[in-house]
Amino acid sequence: MKEFLTVSVLTATAASGIRLAIPFLLASLGETMGQRSGVLNLGVEGVMLLGAFGAYYTALQTHSLWLGALVGIGVGLVLGVVTAVVNVTLKAEQGISGIGIYLFGLGFSDLLFQKLVGTPTPINSLPVLKVPVLARLPLLGKMLFQHSILVYVALLLVPVLAFVLNRTTYGTKIKAVGENPAAADSLGVSVTKIRYSTVILGSVLAGLAGAALALELGIFQQNLTQGEGFIAVALVYFGAWRPTGVLAGSLLYGMVAAVVLTWNTLGIIPQSASGLASMAPAVITVVALVFVARRVRQPAALARAYQRGG
Amino acid sequence: MAAVAALIVGALMLLALGANPITGYHALLRGAFGSSDALTSTALKAVPLILVGVGICIAFRANVLNIGGEGQMVVGGLLGTLVALAFPGIPGPLMVPLVLVAGMVGGGLWGAIPGALKAYFNVNEILSTIMLNIVAVQLMNYLLAGPLIDKTLTTTFARIPQTRRLSPNADLPIISHATGLHAGVVVALLAAVLVYVLLWRTTLGFRLRAVGLSREASRYSGMSVKGTITLALTLSGAMAGLAGAVLVFGSLSHRMVTDGSATGFTGSAGFNGIVAALFGALNPLWTIVSAFIFGGLLVGGTAMQIAVQVPSSLIVALNGLVVVFVVSIEIVRRRYRLRLEPALGAGDVGPGPPPAIEGTEGLPGSAEMVEG
Repeated sequence: MKEFLTVSVLTATAASGIRLAIPFLLASLGETMGQRSGVLNLGVEGVMLLGAFGAYYTALQTHSLWLGALVGIGVGLVLGVVTAVVNVTLKAEQGISGIGIYLFGLGFSDLLFQKLVGTPTPINSLPVLKVPVLARLPLLGKMLFQHSILVYVALLLVPVLAFVLNRTTYGTKIKAVGENPAAADSLGVSVTKIRYSTVILGSVLAGLAGAALALELGIFQQNLTQGEGFIAVALVYFGAWRPTGVLAGSLLYGMVAAVVLTWNTLGIIPQSASGLASMAPAVITVVALVFVARRVRQPAALARAYQRGG
Repeated sequence: MAAVAALIVGALMLLALGANPITGYHALLRGAFGSSDALTSTALKAVPLILVGVGICIAFRANVLNIGGEGQMVVGGLLGTLVALAFPGIPGPLMVPLVLVAGMVGGGLWGAIPGALKAYFNVNEILSTIMLNIVAVQLMNYLLAGPLIDKTLTTTFARIPQTRRLSPNADLPIISHATGLHAGVVVALLAAVLVYVLLWRTTLGFRLRAVGLSREASRYSGMSVKGTITLALTLSGAMAGLAGAVLVFGSLSHRMVTDGSATGFTGSAGFNGIVAALFGALNPLWTIVSAFIFGGLLVGGTAMQIAVQVPSSLIVALNGLVVVFVVSIEIVRRRYRLRLEPALGAGDVGPGPPPAIEGTEGLPGSAEMVEG
């Protein structure tokens, strides 16, 4: 424990906690937008997996990480349209259609990986972009300002999306559609259009989250995400459907993961129990859900398809 | 219809991967149903799918979305294993039922937790069951690689996360020595029939389905909605737990084994059982049929992999598509029915269709996940 409580180890752990929080953050920010408009997208995990593979494979072939991230976004876009058609237009049961998308992503990403790549080949991971001046700050510099570009993008999205939700007409429409679609509809807001836009945006961010994961690790493997997409969905509840709340939740998860990793390396947790320690995020989630469910009200129309006059 | 759509997409995927879909599907069919050995493999693959699937029927009919089959199977398998390790001397006729019941208790417990959390604390059961899957798998990996590991494997390279060979008294009886078909098949068929009877011939089943159709109405008519929700997930988990125990005691190695991955023990049966149940219109008897088909897909997938060099994870992707198609087609069917019914008039329809051919209309249109 003494080795852990040194300034350099603690700052390094905090920095890696922020890095590990980014896939959670991107995916759950996107999911927040969808859920605010009343659509529960449970397929995030599948979108992340396919986004991760797309980004990995592109980077492997072209050696361009930018192109990789772009392909991750593209994968999210395509799957977002599919999800919107299934959940909004075809009014499918959202809890189950998402599991379908997940299974599809799980199987298809592995299929493509085995067929196109075969043996795991590492790629360059995202380069660190030091923010001028700020990166040289003591402690904070290493923690906050020596990350890859996707980290900054994700963190910037928090105030941007909070602004969109709370200060723009579009945000008001999203919330109206999520709370009372019939009323929104009667005022001339297109429930379908709003929900399509939020679901597609959410899926794009999930694809980018997958890309961030693969490009940060520089590798792809079967079931790379290991439930992170599902945890991202839970984080939206945890964060009470607010971007800032989601940020707090993501950081907590990132930090827990980073601490477990560091403790493992330092030998504070015995090797045999490291598996037990990796239960922590799932257990925390269940406990957190209990508290959240008692205190926070979810969007009234969440997971309900809208039927005019129905 | 959903299956045809999924098969067409699957054929397109095969084409895109440069494989001949006809050769692929032919190899798949032969591998799944082409010989008595193939049929046995398919039947044995269908057993956990049936058990998880009929459990899913109970939960989904009560409008409780149990996605925790994976974790419930794991805990069921673990508890069964622990009982067999603790009391290896119990004679077979007593031992087999005992370990199977232990499996049901384990799975039931793992279902009761999210059930009670949903009923009494408004916790979304989809999320809690998925989280409990992760917890169960980590617990299993720890136990099988640690306290329960086969101590006879002293060489480090041979240390697979697995228990020692469990007491032979707990082996499921073999029905056919030629093919290796074991009594798990009987257990699964029996369970499916019992669940069918439970759902449509008992008051408890009526209560489960009533709560599934309308929680409000059930509450006003004096039913305990919270108790019913908890019970639905408990029973559903018990079926998955039974599947886990059958997997352990019907396995060729007669051990509990995993490979460290999330689906290493279950082979994804906890998810595929959901697919089978949905495809079987949430009817336990149709679930037997659809589980057999999906069991065939899984077994045939390996044969297809060899024939056209397409990884069998194609089958996982296809299963996902089946789920998406089934829930998407739902609305088309419902619309058609809405248009049809007023024209017929309520009195002219006569007795409704028997439950055996009931559609998925019992699957509620919207999950009331967290109430008020």
